[in-house]
Order: sequence, then structure tokens, then C-alpha cells
Amino acid sequence: MINWRKMMRSKKVSRSKGGDFMIILMLVLVGAFMALPLVYSVVNAFKPLEEIFIFPPRFFVINPTTQNFKTLFILTSNLWVPFSRYIFNSVFVSATVVFFHIVFASMAAYPLAKGHFPGRDKIFSLIQLTLLFSGGAMAIPQYIVMAKLGMINTYWAVILPPIAGSMGLFLMRQFMVSLHDSMLEAARIDGAGEVRIYWQIVMPLMRPAWLTLLIFAFQGIWNSTGGNFLYSEQLKLLPSALSQIQAGGIARQGVGAAASFILMIPPIITFVVTQSNVIETMSYAGIKE
Amino acid sequence: MKEKTNSLKPSLWSEIKKNKMHYFMMSPYMILFTVFTIIPVIASLILSFTYFNMLEFPSWRGLDNYKQLFLSDDVFLIAVKNTLIFAFLTGPLSYVLCFFFAWFINELPAKVRAFMTLVFYAPSIAGSVYTIWGFIFSGDSYGFVNGMLLKYNLISEPIQWFTNPAYNFTIVVVIQLWLSLGTSFLAFIAGFQSVSKDLYEAGAMDGIKNRFQELIKITVPAMKEKMMFGAVMQIASSFSIGAVGAALGGFPSVNYSLHTVINHIQDYGSVRYEMGYAAAIAFMLTVAMVLTKNLISKLLKPE
Repeated sequence: MINWRKMMRSKKVSRSKGGDFMIILMLVLVGAFMALPLVYSVVNAFKPLEEIFIFPPRFFVINPTTQNFKTLFILTSNLWVPFSRYIFNSVFVSATVVFFHIVFASMAAYPLAKGHFPGRDKIFSLIQLTLLFSGGAMAIPQYIVMAKLGMINTYWAVILPPIAGSMGLFLMRQFMVSLHDSMLEAARIDGAGEVRIYWQIVMPLMRPAWLTLLIFAFQGIWNSTGGNFLYSEQLKLLPSALSQIQAGGIARQGVGAAASFILMIPPIITFVVTQSNVIETMSYAGIKE
Repeated sequence: MKEKTNSLKPSLWSEIKKNKMHYFMMSPYMILFTVFTIIPVIASLILSFTYFNMLEFPSWRGLDNYKQLFLSDDVFLIAVKNTLIFAFLTGPLSYVLCFFFAWFINELPAKVRAFMTLVFYAPSIAGSVYTIWGFIFSGDSYGFVNGMLLKYNLISEPIQWFTNPAYNFTIVVVIQLWLSLGTSFLAFIAGFQSVSKDLYEAGAMDGIKNRFQELIKITVPAMKEKMMFGAVMQIASSFSIGAVGAALGGFPSVNYSLHTVINHIQDYGSVRYEMGYAAAIAFMLTVAMVLTKNLISKLLKPE
């Protein structure tokens, strides 16, 4: 006997009101814990100095000012190189990394997901293993190799390693596995080569995946200070320039908040934009059958 | 077809030749991956048996680096202890947070979902914004927490949150959790959304009564791969804790109360330029991560 009522109500049947309430309560409480420090940081960026050093401290600003941003601007124009240089460095490095990461990782992911060739599984399990190797553990070994290659203090040192980040390849491959072979077979019968199949059939369907790679790669490189890999002022990235300013003492509290505010905007905007795309693409993704 | 009956070698070679396009497509990535991941790991293993200061040619030390590490470097043992406590506190906790909040968010209507995802994910991509915690827990009376406690007479003088070992560890754990809804969280969000609706409908027909049953019987089995991925990401990040403590609690922190293995690597690698020793520490950390991952993949694998 088929229970038609249950089938009609499908997913939402099993939702109790009490459960809904608990979920919303948890989301509000923990959501506040997540959001308030960020909000506080943004608010602090618009506080005049006398409001930052006030007792008792206030969460919100009384007389909002853009003074911190002006001070930041004055301080940055007194740096060794023009501030625009740091912006150029960060934008150039980030754009290069994101572009080549998406292209190279997806190009490598396609054979790993859909090919049948000797060594495939060994290569993929190696990639999977290296997901564990965090930047912190790898920094010194990479530094040694880069020093040997003469890459220290060049753009190469910050551009090349994240292009071959293993997470992007891993995610891309996992998404690609879910594609139906029948589609690729049909293209092969029509005489399409592997590169054409990858570029014209697989990649357009991979839009959610490469937008995810875009978020991850951009977020990683944009927030990177370049560590010990860059020491010339004219090569340094934005976060390291701003942390130099922030390190200038306690009176830089507001300026530091302004700097953090400016730095966090691009990753958050990229995420907002790409996230809605991912969700949109997901809702159209009816190929799975 | 005939080739397959021959010896293995020509058939393997013909397989490779047949797939040369695939190898070609993989080569740009694989070259970079080899140079910046594989070679550094192998190099650090070899260098861990040497004394190497970047200027002179490495000189062989045998097991001396490892002996020093475990027998006479007290700070390393503190770092190991701190790293393990950090990892076993923040790793599982943030895994659970990522999973359940991705689930909760998935229960929301689509429009709210995108906003809540942003709220939870934002701290992990907002770069240096975590320094705001340095202001919230600032050691003077202008710090938010001290100010509030003083205002309501709960304390008589400001607490040095980041330099007092009684508090600083807990605070760093809280900040790490705040930062930790990153990659795994997004993977879970995507995982929940990609579970086929048919499965839920079939489940409802089979008599799934509430959302917990649905979660355990349908969702979890359907997103097993993503759950293992989440675990790997959590291991990688929780064993790599160190930057937050160094930025807010000082480097080195008071009595090494926040000192982790990552900080120890930085100390020997970037400050003292004892690369052989730093490589030994880095290699031990990598081994610890791989072992933990293997343990967890055994735990997550059913039957």
C-alpha cells in the first residue's frame, strides 16, 4: 500500500516545530558569536581615537568618522614605495594564481576523474594525502627548494605553489566523477578529442566547481602575507604592508581596524557573488537524474 | 586486443601511449605539484638528518636532530603538548560545528540560507580580522571584556588575557573555533544541498519519522566522501594552529604557554636558520598528521 500523503509532503513531512525552534535558536546564538566580532571590527574602523580609548568601552560608535582611513592613507603614502604598488602586487598575484589554479587543476582533474590510464589511482591518492600538508608545515621545506631555484624574493615564490594547491584539484576531480560517462562517450563517437571534451563539455558543467576553486584560491592568496618569500618592499603584498602599519603601536588600533576592513572586503564580496552563482547553478543542475 | 595477451610491458606501454593526451593534460599541474610539494617533503626528510644553515653545504648529523628534539629540547615537548591539546579540542569541536551548522542552514529557506552561510563562513576568509579579538580581550581597561567586567565590578583590575597562561589558551581555542568554519563547512553545505531529493522522498515513504533519522539514514551515507574530506581539512588546520597565538599572545608566548609545533618550526627555520632541525620538526608534524588521518579514515569507514 502506498502512503500518498507522505509522498506528497515529501521532504518537509518530518519537521517538528520544536526542532525548527531549536535550530533557529542555535543559528541565532552561534550566528551572533560569529558575526559580532566582525561587526565590532567594522565599527571600530569608523571610531575616532577618543572613542576607542574610552571607559567603559562601547560597542557602537557615537560620532562615526573616516579619520582612521585618512590616517591609513597618510601612513601608507609615507611608506618606502607608493601604496598603489602593494595593491598592484596583491591584485596581480591573486589574479594570476586564481586563473592558473582553475585552468591547471581542472585540466588535471579531468583525466583523474574520467581517464583510465596506468598510475591514475596512485596519483590521486597522493594528491589526497597532500591535502593534509598545511602551509605552516610546508613553508620551510618550500623555502629551501625555492632558494635552490633562485625564486626567493620574486613573484614566482608566491604565485607557483598555490597554483598547484591540492585542494582545488581534489574538489574538481570529485565533482567531475559525478558526470555521466554517456555524455562523454557520445562526444567521443562524434570524433571530439579529449581536450575538446574537457573544454567544451566538461568545463561548462563544472561551473559550481570552478567557482568554488575561485573562492578558495583567491581567499588563500589574498590573505597571504608572502611570509619569508618576499622581502623587497616593492614586491610585498597588501596584508604585509598593512600589518607593518598595524604594528606601529597601540594608537594604531583604529587604523588597524580600517586596514582589516579594507582587506576583508574583496574576499567577502567574491564569496557573496560566487556563492549566489553556485546556488543558482545548483538549482539548474538537473543532469544528475 | 592481441597486445593484452603479450607480456605486461608492451601492454602497459601501449596503455600509456593511448592515454598520452591525459598525461599531457595533467603535466602543467603535476610539474608544479612535484616541485612545490613532493620535492620539499622529500628534501625535508633528507635534510632532517643534517645540519643546514642555508649558507654552507648540509653536514650529516644522523639521528642527532631527532635525539635533540625528543631528549633535550624541552620547548619542543611543550610545543607538542600544546599542539595536541589544541588539535584534540578544536579539531573535533569545529568538525561538529561545521557539520551541524551546515545541516541547520540547509533546513532554512533558500534565501536565508545564503545569508547564514556567509555569516558563518566570513570569519575564515576575512584575513587579519581576527586581530579584533586582541582588542576585545585587550589587557587594559579599554578592552571590551575587561571594560565590561570592571564596569560591573566583577574584577578590580584588568586581566592580562593573552599573557596569563590561565586564560590565553582558552581564548585562542575560542578564536580558532571562530575561524574554523571554512573549507569543511562549505563542503558540508554543498554536500547537504547535493543529496538527491528522490532519496528523501523514498526515505519518507520508507517511514522516516524525523529529521534526525533522515540525517543519519539518508544524508550521512549520501555524503560520506565529503565527511572524510572535512575530517582531513580539520586535521590539517587543527595541527597547524600557531599564527593566532603568535599574533595575539606574542612570539614566543609567556612561558611558551601558546607555543605550538608550527611556532617551533618558524623559530628554527625563519629566525635561527637551523634548517636541518626545522625540517626534522616539520617532518614529524607531517607524520603525525598522516597517522591521525589514517586513524580517522579507519574510524569513519563502516563495516
